[in-house]
Amino acid sequence: MIRTNIIIIGAGPTGLFAVFEAGLLNLKCHLIDSLPKPGGQCAEIYPKKPIYDIPSRTEILAGDLVDKLMEQIEPFQPGFTLGETAQEIQKQADGSFVVITDKGTYHHAPVVAIAGGLGTFEPRKPNLSNLAQWEDKGVDYIIREPEKYRDKKVLIAGGGDSALDWSIVLAEVAQSVTLVHRRNEFRGALESVDKVQALKDQNKIEIITPAEITALEGDKHLNSLTVTREGTSLVRFIDFFIPLFGLTPKLGPIAQWGLEIEKNAIKVDNSLDYQTNIPGIYAIGDVNTYPGKLKLILCGFHEATLMCQSAFRRLYPEKRNVLKYTTVSGINGFDGSRKEAQKSIIKTIE
Amino acid sequence: MDIKITVIDRSGVPHQLVAPTDMSMNLMEVCKAYELHVDGICGGMAMCASCQCYVLSDHPLSEKSADEEAMLSEAFHVKENSRLGCQIPMDKKLGGLKVELAPE
Repeated sequence: MIRTNIIIIGAGPTGLFAVFEAGLLNLKCHLIDSLPKPGGQCAEIYPKKPIYDIPSRTEILAGDLVDKLMEQIEPFQPGFTLGETAQEIQKQADGSFVVITDKGTYHHAPVVAIAGGLGTFEPRKPNLSNLAQWEDKGVDYIIREPEKYRDKKVLIAGGGDSALDWSIVLAEVAQSVTLVHRRNEFRGALESVDKVQALKDQNKIEIITPAEITALEGDKHLNSLTVTREGTSLVRFIDFFIPLFGLTPKLGPIAQWGLEIEKNAIKVDNSLDYQTNIPGIYAIGDVNTYPGKLKLILCGFHEATLMCQSAFRRLYPEKRNVLKYTTVSGINGFDGSRKEAQKSIIKTIE
Repeated sequence: MDIKITVIDRSGVPHQLVAPTDMSMNLMEVCKAYELHVDGICGGMAMCASCQCYVLSDHPLSEKSADEEAMLSEAFHVKENSRLGCQIPMDKKLGGLKVELAPE
């Protein structure tokens, strides 16, 4: 059981900044995210896109914003459970919570802050009638371990970065790799496109374009696919079909936690502290809704700050907490590090 | 100057929307402003296709950018008249525009 002061569900910018504000109040945080790395949408969808409305940053790439937030919260030693989805929440007799992930990791804290953005990222699945039948029997949407495909015949569908990058990786591992895309053009880093071109020239990757998968067949396990190219059907005998069409967010298991939901978001009390209808559970950032809500990173930062103040009062009702200015108090990291303003030099001029 | 456009939602219900042309808004943003169910996950960067729509009227839309072409080539339910709402800036030439939201 992982124990902390605040369990933060979602490691996007809002969740990450909450660690900093909690840290100023001596509260420890542990973040859970279904993606394998922190950063949420900023890291997953648009790491190379510039953001212009972070106060004082005239321009910052989304990926750099995440890196800077990670650097900023480092002194407060947050814990991370990554690549796991918060599945279930259990309220304890003392009012605290246990959050359990889909992989069975248990977390315990008196406060839970949901900073889940638009939800859990799930793979987008192509529209093929019997696709579900072959899931885990030859159809994989996420590649976790390339070794699984050693000496196997693999067919990847998709035209973006992940389809290109995994084709490159698997070309070294699998017996054969076929890449199918609806267009002749691929969208990805130039380097990846060039690498795939080179592997195609060396006959290490077969590319079929412009084409689509139209049928799946198998016995107990998927064993063949029909690829349709300009009206002509080709059959490929394969062991694995990996459609890589990106990820789409779904509110997911959180929707079943008894929280008040409106417009696919969690209703909170914005006049006070962004608490949900369940005391002790907060919702901050894009995942919440209230009159006048704006889904902006900078609003998420503000919400995270007020949430931490309220969490502190919930944890220590007897203590008077004071607003701290970092210019005055500096930052005392949980790792023993200390940042503070340089002392003024007082010296007599003779 | 405002223009009037029609957006047919996923249940087939048409909505008449008034869209400003001087706020650098795109079709996805206008739909969101009227609380039609359009996620606009990527915020309008032609990177998610959650604002895909079918253009039903005969308006002079700007050419698709390479990014939009690429995204549509990876999206589902794509038709000849598919566009990404976020790539359609509101312009006075688009008065009377009629679109239908594509399935999610």
